[in-house]
Amino acid sequence: MLEIRDIHSYYGKSHILHGVSLDLKEGELVCLLGRNGVGKSTTLKSIMGVVKPEQGSIRFHDRELVGLAPYEIARLGVGYVPEDRRIFRSLTVHENLLMGIKNGKKENIGEGGWTVERVYKLFPRLEERKNNKGSHLSGGEQQMLTVVRTLMGNPRVILVDEPTEGLAPLIVKDVLDMLATVRKSGVTVLMVEQNFKAAIKVADRYYIMSKGQIVFAGNTEELLAAEEIRKNYLEV
Amino acid sequence: MSDIPVFFLHGLAYAGLLFLVSAGLTLIFGMMNVLNFAHAAMYMLGAYLSYTIIMQLTGQFWMALILCPLILFVIGALIERFLLRRVHKYGHLGELLLTFGLAYIVTELVKWYWGNYPLAVNITGFLSGTITIFGFIYPIYRIFIFLCAVLVGGVMALILYKTRLGIILRASVNDSEMTNTLGVNVPLVLMGVFAFGTALSGFAGVIAGPLLSTFPGMAQEILIDAFVVIVVGGFGSLGGAIVASLLIGQLQSFGVLLIPKLSVALVYLLMAIVLVVKPSGLFGEEQ
Repeated sequence: MLEIRDIHSYYGKSHILHGVSLDLKEGELVCLLGRNGVGKSTTLKSIMGVVKPEQGSIRFHDRELVGLAPYEIARLGVGYVPEDRRIFRSLTVHENLLMGIKNGKKENIGEGGWTVERVYKLFPRLEERKNNKGSHLSGGEQQMLTVVRTLMGNPRVILVDEPTEGLAPLIVKDVLDMLATVRKSGVTVLMVEQNFKAAIKVADRYYIMSKGQIVFAGNTEELLAAEEIRKNYLEV
Repeated sequence: MSDIPVFFLHGLAYAGLLFLVSAGLTLIFGMMNVLNFAHAAMYMLGAYLSYTIIMQLTGQFWMALILCPLILFVIGALIERFLLRRVHKYGHLGELLLTFGLAYIVTELVKWYWGNYPLAVNITGFLSGTITIFGFIYPIYRIFIFLCAVLVGGVMALILYKTRLGIILRASVNDSEMTNTLGVNVPLVLMGVFAFGTALSGFAGVIAGPLLSTFPGMAQEILIDAFVVIVVGGFGSLGGAIVASLLIGQLQSFGVLLIPKLSVALVYLLMAIVLVVKPSGLFGEEQ
């Protein structure tokens, strides 16, 4: 559903992505691993159009995404959950959810689509706090809110950047369970993660990045077998 | 001292005018992070256009009150789309220089076309009358200014807090990139905000004409007070702009009454105190 071919992206003058290629198939949960600063977040931002790739192609259901604005990419069905959560501080929890609904319309939500009611049913903690300011939530709650906020737009694929960063171990499990639930509902997930031990519990396939390039692609067994690669590119 | 109610009403009228100018300024700053130096020049342009519409073309104050904001809305939209958006990638300095340059260009064009001297806009009919209030005979026009500001402020608050557009606007103030990735056409929203703010400034200019007279220095005069309003109220806060306008309106009015020699310095004093006690402004969010 998503084919990324040889993209090169820059931050100002520094060349961050050196020809990244990767594929997502419908319904998968794929994890992008690697150390700090190797270009994982930039890869997600390039797909979303937040960073514009200078070269290469990103095709989503046969539409070219390179050159489109983030809002256009979002409207095609790509959801983005950034790192640092980025809750709208001065909006209430409820208003944060409403922001996720595209154009404020309820169309295109078939069976199993995400609605405010469904979110509150699944995460009663968010309903209890629906009139609180987004900034008053705990870290874990904020992370849940950013994920469901993006789901409100009923994307076909979501790009999730470091969802477990800075969370207590117990909450990490909650967040990963939540992403597994999201995948089960039919949404394809591409997740960036530093913590491969956490990722291995939920992901189907993995890519490992180093210095702006993909250095490994494989499933869980292959990743566990590739001890050398893990040593070189993951473990510190 | 028996004049106190009159000075209070004067303060309200000036507060109304200040609010109309600074509401657009603070909204543009909050949403776009652009300190728009051309804002007051647009206010002056509104005042001069209203002179032409009222004194030379139609003779109708109401006509100017409707037409000037519309003209300035279009001008604002064009400035955002074809100038501001292009310099955005050069950062704050580029935006600052652009709006600064625009302020000069508009001011010089106004002098060239309308002349470098004051022009009087006369209102007639009901608005030029007086009423008796607190036992004083008081011009209706000044009360009309305050009511206009209340109306505009009320409509803006309703939009911001009760509509989907308002949620989008407040979300964009917090984080416009995130808003964009959620499927909102943020560039269009920003163009609308800039155009609306410019229109509001033009509206204030129309209203200011009969009160303060129309002259090329009127932009500088209100710009400083409007900047003080958005600093004191907190950048990007509508509620802050309301409270700070009321404060500075009264400060200006009673300053002249009580300590005329220091009245010019009072607004700076207020700004200094607020900056020391709460640097983000009375209603500003701590960063």
